[in-house]
Amino acid sequence: MDLRDAHSIRDAVNSGKISAREAAEAALRRIEEVDGDLGGFLIIDSTRVLERADRVDRLLRERALPLAGVPIAVKDNICTRNLRTTCGSKILENYIPPYSATAIERLETAGAIVIGKSNCDEFAMGSSTENSAFKVTRNPYDRERVSGGSSGGSTVAVAAGMTPLALGSETGGSVRQPASFCNVVGLKPTYGRISRYGLVAYASSLDCISPIANNPRDIALLLTHIAGRDERDSTSAPELVPDYLADLEKPVRGMRLGIPKEFFGEGLDPEVKSMIETGIRNAGSLGCELIEVSLPHTEYAIADYYIIATAEASSNLARYDGVRYGYRVSAPEDLLDMYKRTRSEGFGDEVKRRIMIGTYALSSGYYEAYYGRAMRVRTLIKRDYDQAFEKVDALLSPVSPTPAFKIGEKISDPLSMYLSDVYTVTANLAGIPALSVPCGFTQGGLPVGLQMLANQFQESTLLRLAESYIREFPVTDPYRTVK
Amino acid sequence: MAITRAEVLKIADLARLHFSEEELVAFTVQFQRILDYVEQLKKVDVTGIEPTSHVSLTEDFEKHIFREDETRPSLPVEESLANAPDPGAGHFRVPKVL
Repeated sequence: MDLRDAHSIRDAVNSGKISAREAAEAALRRIEEVDGDLGGFLIIDSTRVLERADRVDRLLRERALPLAGVPIAVKDNICTRNLRTTCGSKILENYIPPYSATAIERLETAGAIVIGKSNCDEFAMGSSTENSAFKVTRNPYDRERVSGGSSGGSTVAVAAGMTPLALGSETGGSVRQPASFCNVVGLKPTYGRISRYGLVAYASSLDCISPIANNPRDIALLLTHIAGRDERDSTSAPELVPDYLADLEKPVRGMRLGIPKEFFGEGLDPEVKSMIETGIRNAGSLGCELIEVSLPHTEYAIADYYIIATAEASSNLARYDGVRYGYRVSAPEDLLDMYKRTRSEGFGDEVKRRIMIGTYALSSGYYEAYYGRAMRVRTLIKRDYDQAFEKVDALLSPVSPTPAFKIGEKISDPLSMYLSDVYTVTANLAGIPALSVPCGFTQGGLPVGLQMLANQFQESTLLRLAESYIREFPVTDPYRTVK
Repeated sequence: MAITRAEVLKIADLARLHFSEEELVAFTVQFQRILDYVEQLKKVDVTGIEPTSHVSLTEDFEKHIFREDETRPSLPVEESLANAPDPGAGHFRVPKVL
């Protein structure tokens, strides 16, 4: 069974060629075969998986389901009822959510099977999945290199053919960057397009559940079934969800594509640059007009992002206090000692670092200088995009300045890790949709993704551009058989 | 702007975190580098620019965010306490405060 295409599994299950149970068993077998040294999954409850699959098989006697029997990996910061959800953190190591995220409820209603919970940087804080309290997720194309992050496990599940679909999450590039590093498609939707209910909060004004697949058609299928207003998330958008799959067939000829000049400066690896330039020319050859545009505040994006994200994180993570759920230190002297030691033992270094920076940025006397100013700079970054989208329908750029880096290379230098998110975080700050689509392989055999960005709620534009691009310029995967 | 050891200790106290002496030294250096980096935001002219907190807010959004204040089912007590490190008598137990 080809576990790389959700549509073909869905069709085979709906037509009775295979059962949902067989699809789920195939995914579990594949994980058994390849995940040992990749480390994509943290938690797999095969009894639950097979029970769910059997339930779908019973439902299928009545009617077809839009995601019938499709195995899906779920990042471990998305709550799944009665299935452990750790956020890659010791502080939530034994947390069993009493409810599921809205996105999980919706995809299970559509017949998808949650196969397991995938590894991530602790509380989604990181760009390499090295910050997980439990293990490192390795790149399927070079096991000495990172998968990217923070949604490394979900990305690797799709890249290594363990599940055709996955849910990750983005706060600042956490799905597009690993998608670029692992040769798959990852979409960060418009802020509010998918309900955040049940997504463990990191930075609430930025967080987005984000789908991952091997092709834009499968992303469109998944997005159709999880997007839309949810009254349990007041920031979820009331905009109607279009038929993303039907929109894929619309022509791209005549589309105006902007090239933001600030995304091609210092720091961009020359080989990546040349591949992205080829990708851009190829996109132009689809009958699209290429136009240079400027996003002048891009240089402030990383600083802006880290103030906003850490400030919101320091507030959101205050809830981990050892009282209602999660880890609690043994024999505390008093309440304050319990709080401090629980948090210091339960959180890893990067989480503590971000809580500290965020607490500082929000502390008395510094609020306006840091958080207040960062939110104003955010307005300017958003305006840059508003102005660009008056001239163009979509933008093209690199996803990451380099291909996947070596495990351990950046872990001791937090700032250099932050800087690797330079091309992705502006989309999070501006709330616009953006995706990474495979663009090719370096001489050294590492994948590189091309980024496509569009205005808010224009996921359809992105998906049809990516679909046309991939049809015309498919990337031959040199390692498909071995990985 | 240089961050002092006393400031780091004060922030740690506010954040309810504890650092060992060794961690504190390493941490202060990293903290300083990150603060130096974000300092560049001060170069941006933000005069008259409004802050953005909800980035995809649409005009009729308010229509959708309010609902009637009706009682709805919520989690039963046992389920609410199922993850508690020290539940007791239908409550969360904590060290003595008074």
